[in-house]
Parts: sequence; structure tokens; C-alpha cells
Amino acid sequence: MFGIPSAYLVNRLVTFLLTVFIAATLIWLIPRFSPVDPAEIMLGRMASGGAFVEGADDILMQLRERFGLDDPWYVQYGKYLWSIITFDFGVSVASFPTPVWTLIAQALPWTLGLMILSIVITFIIGNALGAFMVWERTPKPWKVVIPSMMIFTSIPPILSGLLLMWIFSVKLRWFPLTGSYGLTVEPGWTWDFIQSVVHHGFLPALSIVIVTFGFWTLGMRGLMISVQGEDYVTLAKAKGLKPRYVLYKYMVRNAILPQITAFALKVGLLVSGQILVERIFSYNGMGKLLYDAILDQDFAVIQGVSYIIILMTAMSVFIVDLLYPLIDPRIRHSEAPA
Amino acid sequence: MTEVTAQTQAPEGEAKGRFNRFDNPWLNPKLIWGVGILLGIILLGVLGRMLWNTELVFTGSTPLRLPPLGFENLRGQPGVADYPLGTDGAGRDLLALLIIGAPNTLMIGAVASLIGMTTGIVLGFSAGFIGGRVDDTIRILADVMITIPPLLILVVFQSVYGDVTLLLMAFLIAGFMWQSPTRLIRAQVLSMRESGYVKMAQLSGASTAHIMFREMMPNLIPYLFGSFIANATTAIVTAVGLEVLGLGPQRIPTLGRVIYDAINSGALIQNLWWWWGLPTALLALMFIALLLINLGLDEISNPRLRKI
Repeated sequence: MFGIPSAYLVNRLVTFLLTVFIAATLIWLIPRFSPVDPAEIMLGRMASGGAFVEGADDILMQLRERFGLDDPWYVQYGKYLWSIITFDFGVSVASFPTPVWTLIAQALPWTLGLMILSIVITFIIGNALGAFMVWERTPKPWKVVIPSMMIFTSIPPILSGLLLMWIFSVKLRWFPLTGSYGLTVEPGWTWDFIQSVVHHGFLPALSIVIVTFGFWTLGMRGLMISVQGEDYVTLAKAKGLKPRYVLYKYMVRNAILPQITAFALKVGLLVSGQILVERIFSYNGMGKLLYDAILDQDFAVIQGVSYIIILMTAMSVFIVDLLYPLIDPRIRHSEAPA
Repeated sequence: MTEVTAQTQAPEGEAKGRFNRFDNPWLNPKLIWGVGILLGIILLGVLGRMLWNTELVFTGSTPLRLPPLGFENLRGQPGVADYPLGTDGAGRDLLALLIIGAPNTLMIGAVASLIGMTTGIVLGFSAGFIGGRVDDTIRILADVMITIPPLLILVVFQSVYGDVTLLLMAFLIAGFMWQSPTRLIRAQVLSMRESGYVKMAQLSGASTAHIMFREMMPNLIPYLFGSFIANATTAIVTAVGLEVLGLGPQRIPTLGRVIYDAINSGALIQNLWWWWGLPTALLALMFIALLLINLGLDEISNPRLRKI
């Protein structure tokens, strides 16, 4: 397919399917090690929390059926796997007759939008700064400024989010405190709505960007240092090519490739970080849905959200793996890497 | 100041001999600063327990919402010397919370990372040495597990089981901390296995254990340190994440739990900045220290990075 070696393709596909399978199995297995009936625990919690107890029998039935506690384990497991393939996660307990999938479908676009936006911005800024850190023609002040920006790299986005929220929403009142769009605007493809979404999304995105770009910068710096010493770079310079041309077409083009695979290692952390940012900003995404579900002990939603986020993570790694041979011709002409 | 620290921390054996003291790669300023900050946080926990009344972490043991010393809260109350860092909305002293919470958070990171590393060393060496089916299984398993975000599996776990102890939380996180050391060590073992000195040892009839621990392990030490620190960071991020979602230990103060309480009580809007700000700042300092250590170790194991 598109010149991608089939061994490589099969290898990646197996890894992807196995990831989803193992994650799904873990989510299924964990409640079952609990010594008591998970359905009863959840119902008991709901009752003690003074939550929705009317129709308790229905809920108990639903939960028991969900866990299929009366069937032998392989039947339960089979049913569970089938339900997960068909995105049927049962019905939410907190907002009772709504299927979990409906709730997820409402939240997913917000999370995906914020995630794609912040990852793209981070990747571009991070790699550009990493390249400039090594390039010999970068102006001196930049060589001091960039490394000092690295200090934010290790801080999880939730901490930067709190700080930005306090400065820009509470103190300066430049940005709204919570939510993903204003209460007064009607969702739709109108200019007002888009403006409101951008206004609300700016701080969550910024709090992710300022703490994650450093990961790419540091990686790029290491790669640029090794590329810098290569013969083809020396030759390109000796030929008298423009320094900028050498930087982009010779150095960055070669150094950036391993960065794309580094994405696979980082995406899990990025997603978790974003979930927490959504929670503190009450952004209408999966993070808020998950947090509300934890508060309500709405186990079907917790299970569904966790599964969908893991699926998303595995899928983005898979897509990057598929794109990689298209960007790096060397993969296409050699055997699949181990 | 750096120089004084440098001299006291210099490993004796390395500083002697034909090397100039300042050429010693372990005297890396980043590493020293990182270790220094981390030791400071640990010291806060140790000295604090001896010098400060840690009973003040209990709900209702102090007046509510007092600001730190030298500030005034919205009700016009000034900070008092009895509670120098202020108090939270449930009547707990923030200094006491930080003294108890910070070492707990570091402990989770260290324990989870240590278990993960030990598992990683065993699996990585097995994969690299035995090869074949074992290698395939371990490699695929590590590739698969590295994609799964630990936070989400642990959210499922803790929402079913409710309260957990600190140690159980560390063990649970450790279940997701073995993948990257396994991959790293496997790759290193594979490349070292072909190197001259290992071949030499094999030819001279050295046992597998000897080759593993006496020939290969010393070369891995900078990588292992780096991997340990990176994993500890990830473990702490995961633990704080769970705590901020309201999961994690419910009765023991942790920094994440303090932030959770603060957000839930609307501390941001009520301008109770010390309540969420101090634990946030301490966590940020912790992460910066871990990053500095990691950067320092990078420069030690890869001399090319040192030039810039």
C-alpha cells in the first residue's frame, strides 16, 4: 500500500489491535477482582450519596447485565468485547436514560479540536526552537533565551493551567474563567460562536503549549547536533548554498524524522495532561465528562471515556506509524524496523 | 555558591588522579542544582516534621482562610505568625500540609520508578540475551503498553475500589513504569552484545551473570539514572493527576489533594491564591529539579551536548 512494506504494515497493525485489546481487557478485568458485586457497590455508593436511587432495581439489572454477572466468564468477556467494538457502553447512571456513547459523541469534538490544535502548535514551535538552538547563525540573544524557556518543560499542564487561569482570567479578566463557549451564544457556524470558542479555548491551549513544546525542542536539539557533524552538511556549506537553505533542506529535513516517532512515546502523556486541563477549565470535553462521572460514580461513563481515549491514543500512534514511511523514503526501501 | 556545593559533592575517587577537578563530568552545574533543590524539598519534609506541629493538617485545627504572613485576605484579616503560610478553607495549616504532602508525593515517584526500573532491567536483559520468542513477546508487550496512558486505567481502578494507600498507589503506577526502561535496556544490550569486550568475555568462558552484571551493567549506569528520573517524573505527574481528579489517597495529605480541595472550593475566584498556589509552586519546583537532573545526566552520558 503506497509503497509501505507489508511486513511493516502488519507489524504496526498488530501492535495497534493488541493495544486496544489489552486496554479493553484491563478495563473489563479490574472491576472483577473486586471482592464484592461491582453492581451493588456502585448502587450502594449512589444511595449513600443521596443520588438517584429511584428505579434502583432497573439500574441494578442494567449494571448486572452490563457485567453479565450471571453468565460464565467467557460469555461475559465475549459480550463485552462485542459491545466495545460496537461502541455500546450502556446507559449513563447520572443522566439516566442517555446512552454513554451520546455523551461521548458530544464531548469528543471539543477534546479532539483542542488536542490537534495544541499538538500542531507545539510540534512546530518546539522543533523550530530546537533547530535554532543548534544552528550557528542564530542571533546570540536567542541562544540565551531558548534554553531558559526549557525550564517549563517538565511541569504538567495542570499547574501551568492554574497559573494562567489566575493571571489572565481572575486578575486581568482577559479571558473567561471556565467553559468552552459563552452562555449567551447559540452553538452553530456563526461568527459569534467561533469567536467565543476561540476566546474560551485560548487559555487551555496555551497552558498545554507552554509546557510541552520543550520536549520537542530538547529532542530536536540532540538530533540537530548529530546532523550538524554529517558530511553532507559540510559539503552543502562548502558548495556555498545559502545558510537558510542548508538549515531547512539539509539539517532540519533529516533531523525531524525521529521526532515524528518520538510522538508515539509522548502521546499518552499529552492526552492525560489535556484531560486534566479540561477538568480545571471545565472545558466541555472528555476530561470534564470523566471528572463528572467520577463524582457521580457513573461507572459506565468512566469505562467508556477511558476506552475511547485509549483508542484515540492508539489510533494516533498508528496513523503516525503509517505516515512515517511516506515521509522517510529509507523505510520504504528497507525491511521493517524492529 | 555553586562552587562550594560542587566541592562538597565531588565523589572522592573521581576528583583525584590525572583529571582536573573541573573536568569531572559529574560536577555538572545542572545536576548539582537539581539535586540541591530536591534535597531541599526532602529537608523541608524531614526538618518540618521535627520542628513544626504536624497536627495542624487535621481539619478544623486552625482558623479558616488566613493569608500568609504579610498579606491580607479579602475579609481584611492579616496573616499571623502561628500559620506563616496561611490556612485553607477547612482550617488546615498550609505549611503543615506541605511538610507532610511533599515527601509523600516524592515517595510515590521514587517507589513507582524503582519497581518499574527493576522490572525493566530484568525484562530488558532477558529480551536482549535470550532473544527469539521471549524477545518478541517482551518487545511487543512493551510497545503496546507504552501507548496506554496509565492515568485512564488507574482512574477505572480507583473509581471501583475507592480509597487507596500511598504505597498501593505507587505499586499501581509502577505497573506502567517498566516499558521505557525495558526498551532502553534491550536496545543497549543488543548493541553491546556485538561489541568486542563482550565477545572477549564470552570467549574466555565468563558466565552469563558475570557478563550481565560486570561487563554490561557499568556501561548502562548513566542511562539507568536518566531513565529513573524520567520515570519518577511521569509517576509523579500521574499521581498528581489522579489526586486532582479527586482519586488517590483520601485521608493522607498529598499536594495534588490540596489543589483538588482548593479548586473545588473556588479558591481561584475567591483570591485565596496561597491555597492552590503554594502546592502548585512546590510541585513545579520539584519538576524543575527533576528536569535539571535529567539534563545534567544527559550531558554526562553524551559529551556532544556539553558544547552548547
